Amino acid sequence: MEIVMSVAIGLLFMAAVYLMLSKSLIRIIIGTGLLSHGAHLLLLTMGGLGGTAPPVVADGVTVSDYADPLPQALILTAIVISFAVTSFFLVLAYRAYQELGTDNMELLRGTEDYE
Amino acid sequence: MSLVFLIFIPILAALFIPLLFKRLGQIHTGWFVLLVPAALFLYYATRLPSVMEGGTYVSELSWIPSLDIAFIAYLDGLSLLFTLLITGIGALVVLYSIFYLDKHREQLHNFYVYLLIFMSAMLGVVQSDHLITLYLFWELTSISSFLLIAYWYTRDRSRFGALKSMMITVFGGLMMLGGFVLLSIMGGTYSIRELIAQAPELAQHDFFIWALVLVLLGAFTKSAQFPFYIWLPDAMEAPTPVSAYLHSATMVKAGIYLVARLTPVFALSEVWMWLVAGVGLFTMVWASFFALKQKDLKGILAFSTVSQLGLIMSLLGVAAAAYHVEGAADTYLKYAAFAAIFHLINHATFKGSLFMIAGIIDHETGTRDIRKLGGLMSLMPVSFTVALIGSLSMAGLPPFNGFLSKEMFLTAMLSLQEFNMFSMDVWWVLFPIIAWIGSVFTFIYSLYFVFHTFAGKHQPEQLPKQAHEAPIGMLISPVFLAALVVMIFFIPNLIGDWLVKPAVAAIQPFLYDSPQNVDIHVSAWHGFNTELFMTLGIFAIGGLMFWTLRKWQHLYDLYPDSISLNRLYDEMMLLSDGGANRFSRIYMTGFIRSYLVYMFSFMSFIVLLTLFLNEAFQIDFNNLAPIGVYEIVILLALVGATLTILGSKSRLTAIIALGAVGYSVALLFVIFRAPDLALTQLVIETISVALFLLAFYHLPQISRKEERMKFRFGNALVALGVGVTMTLVALSAHSQKAMPSISEFYKETVYKEAGGGNIVNVILVDYRGFDTLFEIAVLGIAGIGIITMIRLRLTKKEGQHENK
Repeated sequence: MEIVMSVAIGLLFMAAVYLMLSKSLIRIIIGTGLLSHGAHLLLLTMGGLGGTAPPVVADGVTVSDYADPLPQALILTAIVISFAVTSFFLVLAYRAYQELGTDNMELLRGTEDYE
Repeated sequence: MSLVFLIFIPILAALFIPLLFKRLGQIHTGWFVLLVPAALFLYYATRLPSVMEGGTYVSELSWIPSLDIAFIAYLDGLSLLFTLLITGIGALVVLYSIFYLDKHREQLHNFYVYLLIFMSAMLGVVQSDHLITLYLFWELTSISSFLLIAYWYTRDRSRFGALKSMMITVFGGLMMLGGFVLLSIMGGTYSIRELIAQAPELAQHDFFIWALVLVLLGAFTKSAQFPFYIWLPDAMEAPTPVSAYLHSATMVKAGIYLVARLTPVFALSEVWMWLVAGVGLFTMVWASFFALKQKDLKGILAFSTVSQLGLIMSLLGVAAAAYHVEGAADTYLKYAAFAAIFHLINHATFKGSLFMIAGIIDHETGTRDIRKLGGLMSLMPVSFTVALIGSLSMAGLPPFNGFLSKEMFLTAMLSLQEFNMFSMDVWWVLFPIIAWIGSVFTFIYSLYFVFHTFAGKHQPEQLPKQAHEAPIGMLISPVFLAALVVMIFFIPNLIGDWLVKPAVAAIQPFLYDSPQNVDIHVSAWHGFNTELFMTLGIFAIGGLMFWTLRKWQHLYDLYPDSISLNRLYDEMMLLSDGGANRFSRIYMTGFIRSYLVYMFSFMSFIVLLTLFLNEAFQIDFNNLAPIGVYEIVILLALVGATLTILGSKSRLTAIIALGAVGYSVALLFVIFRAPDLALTQLVIETISVALFLLAFYHLPQISRKEERMKFRFGNALVALGVGVTMTLVALSAHSQKAMPSISEFYKETVYKEAGGGNIVNVILVDYRGFDTLFEIAVLGIAGIGIITMIRLRLTKKEGQHENK
């Protein structure tokens, strides 16, 4: 399963990078979203996908059956942080549209006389 | 009193100069300054008798003991000679400047502060026994010289000259620092005396030749040797007292000092010998040749200084050759070091006086252009006498001291025939011949300087001012120096015993162990020998060429400016400036895409390279979780949604597909037994998609041109690289687990220690609660940031760019 996941994660990263290299601001943000999904899945996969029970103490479940709880805690933190950054970035993009009237990254440059 | 402390006296005195200038402005500030070098000169002079006997003084002040860095003042024959030059000429120059600089119009406090800093720096250079502090003082001379050259900072030429001298001397200084560091690595000490003691071992070291070349670069740039002399003529924009002091008598001799001081360390190497002698001699001829091209009085003197420094440098090279000859103390080779030091003193006297005369002429006639001057002999008789004495001494005529040193220079060059290594038995002839040619040109420009200024026809209509003799105060210093020029001719052996021999013993400790053993007697008449005939030849040919100077001087104009070294320097500066600019423009495109491409491609390149160079890639098929049907279905949905984003025409599709990816990830979390993650992911994905739609809705009309993303091969390649890198790294990392997880501890103790059942939640708020605290902070900051962006609006001001 881990090998399949690794390939899927590679695909996610590839799509994310391809989107981030595009001209449109919103595609770049979509790219960062895909990138964080890829990173989260990578964390989970690297922790090992074994374990037959969720990491919640329950009767009749031995310690070795739990899925690894540490990557899950790390991912939870990462999800919240990436959400905060994505929303900030989105509002920034929204304000940039409002003020500058464009979302084309090719046009969002310093002026020529700015040395 | 401690010798180290004395070095800092001028700098300490400089602290009071602005106060004296502001409070006691009616008295020329120079009078107070004059006390400093005069008192120091008298103090150092009291050390002469003991140094004459071969005595030395050492005094140490610890600076950074843990790094073994200290100020060490070491006074032997060589450093005492330079110290006396610095303080003695310093006193005369300050006296001269009192009458040269007007106390009402000039910013005297700046001038004297810079000058005193320079004096301290110079004393530090010649007295330091520690390489690092020597370098410190060395750079301080560069900086104070920079400040002094640009003293009239409102003139363009001054600033240009200051920058040029700074660039070149600091370049050399940094090279020299490299040489010093290598020396200290080789010898294990920073002390020059200890390095001299282990010179034979140092010569075997691999770094030796590097240290040698780097130190020589420092010495050559400071002492204006070919091809680094170009800063000196441009430094003539400084006030004349500065030119007289820094650019003839002291700073430009710092390189000479360094070469002389380190001769015992490097003399073993023939590379040192050839470089010093060869570059020195070439500089001498080159500069004496081009001195005749100059139209500016100070320009002539600048080239003449370069030429004379080359002469001294070449003599030091020959002095190093004495190391390679058995019984050199009995041959004529011994004259080289003596001649170098002797000429150094002579040059300081006559060149100092000539600069002061040039300053007087500038001051009293308003111009330094030699074409406008002429016939000043009767108007300025005292200046003429001094200039004549200085020039004839420079030309090498008796009865002036220049004659004696010129004779010894020729003797030393002829003595190279005794040096029969490296097939010198054939090539030695070149040295005296080149020296002779240089001397002929020296003879001509010396006469050119004095006679084209003072003889000939007076042209009052060409001069900005009515020419008249300078005030007495301005004449004291040049007259005194001119008197020395004559006096040294008559008492050369006294000077030799007092000043030259101790210095020679310091340069050639391998020949003499005390100054008394230096067995050299100078006499003005030394019989009919080769040197005398060469001198007569110089007078004859030089006289003839000077007589016909007007006929052939215009030949100099044929020399194209386009291949001069100055042009080379200017082009180099332009190229480095423009080139760096062009280079930045090539890769700093301003497009975020370019920067991302650089980053992504370099990251994947480096990671892949490391992976395969270390043979770290491998796949382990054990310990894998089984592949389930649900997982495959969800993954297919995820990949499908991702591809939809890539291929979507409208942004709406892309956003919805991104939502689909997020929900598939949430489902994967469910499948892989992570309920908290699945919950959070679902909620957050919903909010994110809502936010995306919000931004989408507010797109302005003009940009709402729906189009499919154009396929770009370069982007695809970079993206593919990153994806492959991630997959390979993930596979390799998973296949090579070095140690078991620490999660066993959490699983076992979660209920016992923390009293909770949900292990993930307990990790978040108990075991690793700090992460959570700052994650909350991140969320808070993002919220505040969003509010700020939406609420705070600065009103636009048209046309008020900060950068305009």
